[in-house]
Amino acid sequence: MAILVDKNTKIITQGITGRAGLFHSQKCREYATEHRPGESVLVGGVTPGKGGEEVDGFPVYDSVAKAISETGANTSLIFVPPPFCADAIMEAADAGIELIVAITEGIPVLDMVRVKKFLATKPNSRLIGPNCPGIITPGVAKIGIMPGYIHQPGSVGLISKSGTLTYEAAWQLGNIDLGQSTAVGIGGDPIIGTTFIDLLEMFENDPETKSILMIGEIGGDAEIQAAEYIQSNVTKPVAAFIAGKTAPPGKRMGHAGAIISGGSGTAEEKINALEKAGVEVAASPADMGSAMKRAIEKHNS
Amino acid sequence: MKIHEFQAKQLFATANVPVPQGVVVTSPQDAGKAFDELGTPVAVVKSQIHAGGRGKGRFKEHPEQAGVVLVKSREEAIANAERMLGSTLVTIQTGEEGKQVSTLYVEQGLDIARELYFGIVVDRESGLPCIIASAEGGMAIEELAEEHPEKIIRIEYDPGEGLQAFQVRKLAYALELDKAAQKSAMSFFPKLCKFFADNDCSMVEINPLVVTGSGDLLALDAKVSFDDNAMFRHKNFDELRDLSEEEPNEVKAQDAGLSYVKLEGNIGCLVNGAGLAMSTMDLIKLHGGEPANFLDVGGGANVDQVTEAFRIILSDENVKAVLVNIFGGIMKCDTIVEALLAAYDKIGITVPLVVRLEGTNVEVARKMLADSGKKIITATDLTDAAQKVVATLSA
Repeated sequence: MAILVDKNTKIITQGITGRAGLFHSQKCREYATEHRPGESVLVGGVTPGKGGEEVDGFPVYDSVAKAISETGANTSLIFVPPPFCADAIMEAADAGIELIVAITEGIPVLDMVRVKKFLATKPNSRLIGPNCPGIITPGVAKIGIMPGYIHQPGSVGLISKSGTLTYEAAWQLGNIDLGQSTAVGIGGDPIIGTTFIDLLEMFENDPETKSILMIGEIGGDAEIQAAEYIQSNVTKPVAAFIAGKTAPPGKRMGHAGAIISGGSGTAEEKINALEKAGVEVAASPADMGSAMKRAIEKHNS
Repeated sequence: MKIHEFQAKQLFATANVPVPQGVVVTSPQDAGKAFDELGTPVAVVKSQIHAGGRGKGRFKEHPEQAGVVLVKSREEAIANAERMLGSTLVTIQTGEEGKQVSTLYVEQGLDIARELYFGIVVDRESGLPCIIASAEGGMAIEELAEEHPEKIIRIEYDPGEGLQAFQVRKLAYALELDKAAQKSAMSFFPKLCKFFADNDCSMVEINPLVVTGSGDLLALDAKVSFDDNAMFRHKNFDELRDLSEEEPNEVKAQDAGLSYVKLEGNIGCLVNGAGLAMSTMDLIKLHGGEPANFLDVGGGANVDQVTEAFRIILSDENVKAVLVNIFGGIMKCDTIVEALLAAYDKIGITVPLVVRLEGTNVEVARKMLADSGKKIITATDLTDAAQKVVATLSA
């Protein structure tokens, strides 16, 4: 089962003729071939104006609508450059794509304001990201840029704002034989399609997920809202790590959303809120895997 | 990207948002001339630096001199400008080192009836621009939010549709504007909201927004910053950028496609990925060290980028050791090590270097490090890396 991704997932890549788009499409195809030989999972791509071409065996279509009618795709992986990415997301939703995964970093905030408003009219489409590593259900499908092999199949639901920190967490979990049901990078931008709370709800309702690890960072208050949600709605054990305890206020730390403004959005207030909600918070980034283990053990005892 | 008050006001004026008359000057003589030109009985001389808190700020060289002063004559304007120009202004936001003032903005005096607070930011949760306003002007909004949250008005608006008339009325009533000021508000607020959307602002703050005796609304102060991600469609804003306001290493990093933030500690960090970079800083602190910087080399770091990253880290003379923390994903560890070794030779690193690698092709990469014959300390995991790098300082 897992969440969002299953055996019916059929992926197209928007921006497949770009360097990153093609490279990662190949990697996602390799992952699918390794785990589900004989099935087609990544079925083609879209680049307006290049319909009818083929890149490395992937058919290219002019529009998402055309790609859907030709391939039956229900998922889109987006590598379109920032100036055109908002448009690509809206095109995918308009064409009826159910799961839109936007990897692109650097989309203007006001473009995302338009996207968010547009998506509100398309309740059947869900956006993951932007500015995220994507989503993986180990052994089933990889829709993103993460290295597939570090994600072992298992029962931890992993939610993270960050890329390499997610890899670190998946690796630590793997070392103690905790695989993941699904791992989702929600992205480091101020406006994102899917929040911690959305995913907490999905993982709570997913029978294959037995515990949840969430990785947040400074900026905004999504983690605090997540803590409130966990306290009243999540029965499964939850562990967390918040990056940026040492980040100075007023400075953007790489991610567009990672900034402490007006004294709020600090790591401390998020950690306090999570601990208050009964979440096992890792004190060190080296402790993410073991914090998950402690949370599970506490829950079982 | 941040800009100066005078630049923000020039942009406001272009968008027909009322601002006081003012003149930009860079010499005391011109400050005197500006006073005469403005022709009001009083004028205000304002230091132009990006940091806030200028009015309460004082100069290092002239401890009695404020960063913003009211002057009543040409002579006073000149005398104040002489003390301000070229001197270092320390405010609550500049830190102890302060900021050198090289430009002043001389502005007309106004008949001020009321001072209000007005700002616009994008609200993350609703995904809409949000007006934050208060009848209590002049006070820092953070303090107000802390002490009197009930005095803060929040109104979200759709940037495509603009601020609607009912929203302006709502705002005007909440701010208790009188009839004349209400009339000014009907044009003032929608124009500012349009300005925010048209220019891809990330923040507009007017503190104070003043109501004059005759009921006009004017932006007495103006703080504007833009969304860096949207600058590709505002190429003309390049000329508004003041590089002297930015940390030189942060500018260099940006040019090289790296993300760098200078901190106060002595352990340099070179990491791939923003989240892992932040975590690495936290880790160093947790083990008793102090990070000297945030540095994310990004996903496609090549030899040039890694070399530049080392140059930037090591140009900070506080740096006494460097921790490299790489989780190779798509970016293979051996590629990073290749870049690392090349950079090592190019730069001649003399401080202790601790390297922690994990991920794709890590075994090959570790062997490359071991075979290089360089004095590089390797670490097996995050904790080991942090302990080792902190230990090099006490050795």
